[in-house]
Amino acid sequence: MDFNLTQEQKQFADALRRWVEKDYSFEQRKHIIASADGVSATAWAELTELGALALPIPEEQGGFNGSAIDMLVIMQELGRGIVIEPYFATVMAAEFLKKSNTHADVLEQVAAGEVKLASALSERQSRHDLFDIVTTATKTIDGFVLNGKKTVVLHGAQADKLIVSARTNGAPRDTNGISLFIVDTGATGVNISDYRTIDGYRAADVAIDNVQVGKDALLTEVDAGWDVLDAVADYGTTLLCAEAIGIMEATTTATLDYLKTRQQFGVPIGKFQVLQHRMAEMFMEMEQSRSMATLAAVKVSSDNAEERRRTVSAAKARIGQAAKYIGQQAVQLHGGMGVTDELPVAHLFKRLTIIELTLGDTDHHLARFVTQPGFKNAA
Amino acid sequence: MDLNYTAEDISFRDQVRTYLEANLPQDLQQKVLNHKRLSREDYVRWHKILAKQGWVAPGWPTEYGGTGWTPTQRHIFEEECARVGTPAILPFGVNMVAPVIMAFGNQAQKNHYLPRILSCEDWWCQGYSEPGSGSDLASLKTRAERDGDYYNVNGQKTWTTLAQHADMIFCLVRTDPAARKQEGISFLLIDMKTPGITVRPIIMLDEEHEVNEVFFDNVKVPVQNLIGEENKGWTYAKYLLGHERTNIAAVGRAKRELQFLKRIATKHQKNGQPLIGDPVYASKIASLEIELMALEITVLRVISQDSGRPGPEASLLKIKGTEIQQRLTELMVEAIGPYGLPFDPAFLEGETEHSVTGDDDAAPLTPYYFNFRKTSIYGGSNEIQKNIITQMILGL
Repeated sequence: MDFNLTQEQKQFADALRRWVEKDYSFEQRKHIIASADGVSATAWAELTELGALALPIPEEQGGFNGSAIDMLVIMQELGRGIVIEPYFATVMAAEFLKKSNTHADVLEQVAAGEVKLASALSERQSRHDLFDIVTTATKTIDGFVLNGKKTVVLHGAQADKLIVSARTNGAPRDTNGISLFIVDTGATGVNISDYRTIDGYRAADVAIDNVQVGKDALLTEVDAGWDVLDAVADYGTTLLCAEAIGIMEATTTATLDYLKTRQQFGVPIGKFQVLQHRMAEMFMEMEQSRSMATLAAVKVSSDNAEERRRTVSAAKARIGQAAKYIGQQAVQLHGGMGVTDELPVAHLFKRLTIIELTLGDTDHHLARFVTQPGFKNAA
Repeated sequence: MDLNYTAEDISFRDQVRTYLEANLPQDLQQKVLNHKRLSREDYVRWHKILAKQGWVAPGWPTEYGGTGWTPTQRHIFEEECARVGTPAILPFGVNMVAPVIMAFGNQAQKNHYLPRILSCEDWWCQGYSEPGSGSDLASLKTRAERDGDYYNVNGQKTWTTLAQHADMIFCLVRTDPAARKQEGISFLLIDMKTPGITVRPIIMLDEEHEVNEVFFDNVKVPVQNLIGEENKGWTYAKYLLGHERTNIAAVGRAKRELQFLKRIATKHQKNGQPLIGDPVYASKIASLEIELMALEITVLRVISQDSGRPGPEASLLKIKGTEIQQRLTELMVEAIGPYGLPFDPAFLEGETEHSVTGDDDAAPLTPYYFNFRKTSIYGGSNEIQKNIITQMILGL
């Protein structure tokens, strides 16, 4: 048993941290949010240069074949800096290609920072159930024609290609009959409306009207996309859990600093026991979350799908709960300053809040944990 | 990063498991698994079995009879004991007074006491708390005055766990009332049979006699029973706080109790279905199970640190561990519904074979719930633990 990071992982983390501190400051981030694109081409080039894009990509496609643990390290650092670039969207979507073992050329482009990807999975009625799909894909002579509407696609407008889940068979909530496609955002019939999200990201609604794709756009056997979709969602969830740890670290550090410097009644407010104990609770929430993020990163690649689902859902449920607690208390302990736009704490809080809502909220994952067959099996 | 045990650790685990399954007497195991009360004899019996195997004090240096196991192996051993349902090895001798004797005692004290702790010849209890000194332990008033070759001890200790069975008590006593409160305290070993000692039971809310008041009325204690130097007792007590706390979270037992909880939540019904299928109740179990999964990893993270011994992180383990233990008992009571009402002490003491209601699983659970409110109070209340986190980790 070994919880230590390797030398390489530490170096990677240090390099990213230095980059965030030097080139992705709170002020720079503000400018990027306010820009027309909502993302930074410079930052993307620098992330590529640092190897962050190549990290999860297989060696055959010019990557470093990084594990989920390697990604845990990266996501934590990006979380600390609340980096809003389409990194998560791209690497999660790339995982579809890795898991389906297709489109090696696209993976190569991802590793080189030439292509950005996004996952168009949610629909208006689907809430957190990714199998709840009414978008259709109908077979044609040389491929498929897609119709439907995908909602709140993270960094959909900034992506070059989308992974789209569509129904080739079955009823709207069946897990059978789902197929996965890769679609160019510039394809005829794809209409993307871009908007801001409350945490400084961009998302989009994607209208898909009679979009023609070739046979090679299909990622898995027809009708059999669910297992890959479920596994990739777990991978994405694991990345979000890791990101949340980095944000929690930044949040608790900022709050601790504030408690040590802000004076009231002639003393730093950190001298008051009621605030000290709140801070101790935040610390414990963070450490329990760190344990779960680690466990999820280890188990997300498990061959045992139930073990993977159980662990990832446990992690997301636990971290969602901690994210809320830490975010809310950090704002409370900052007093009036906590509810302004001026300090990082409010932005950290917003990102933590949105992570809780992304790829299944706490209740969703608690319910998923309970419905795993093993839950009821008492030894 | 690798969360798997090594092949060596797994073979160690199998060896421990095989031994425990073969050597744990079934009647003891049944008492533990079914939440019955243990007698002095029960504790001593199991202690002696483990002592014979050489496993009663895994954390001791090998020169004194320890096992030389790694922190991971010790964790595995604790997990396996909890899994199979062994009685606890009471901490007062093996884990509390012994490390102090080893670190600060003289050769004669080591030679005399340590083998007797190992063999359970002496049953130890802890004389720390007093009626006026709970969380503020250093304010203690029990007085020891030097009188030739003896200390003359007067005062009162309280919350003394199982003192009614004890042969020896280790006490913090005040030897210099003029000094700053932490600096006038000494660490004294006292024979419970000394004239002037009176033990009076405190009956707890589950009507169990688990703790006591211990009164000292002109008790003459030989000076050779002083540990280390006079007035250095607080330092020794603090040393103990940072020692032997790897199992403070009691994750192994919580895992076993979670399985028990699921079993009774399957047996008891709601709306004509097993309770565990009720979404509201199931989500409570799930939250608890997830908290336990997290704590298990947190414990392993602490163990895998270089020293293998928790510093101030022990406070986190204590808080989370006790919260989980208490929540388990709370959900057990919730699971049995109306069967939480009947109270059957005779059954708990093993005087009757079956409980008055016939539901022998359910009978001990409400007393268990009430009994376990103590866990967030003893060993430094959870609020004191938060103070420790605040000061030692957060630097506030």
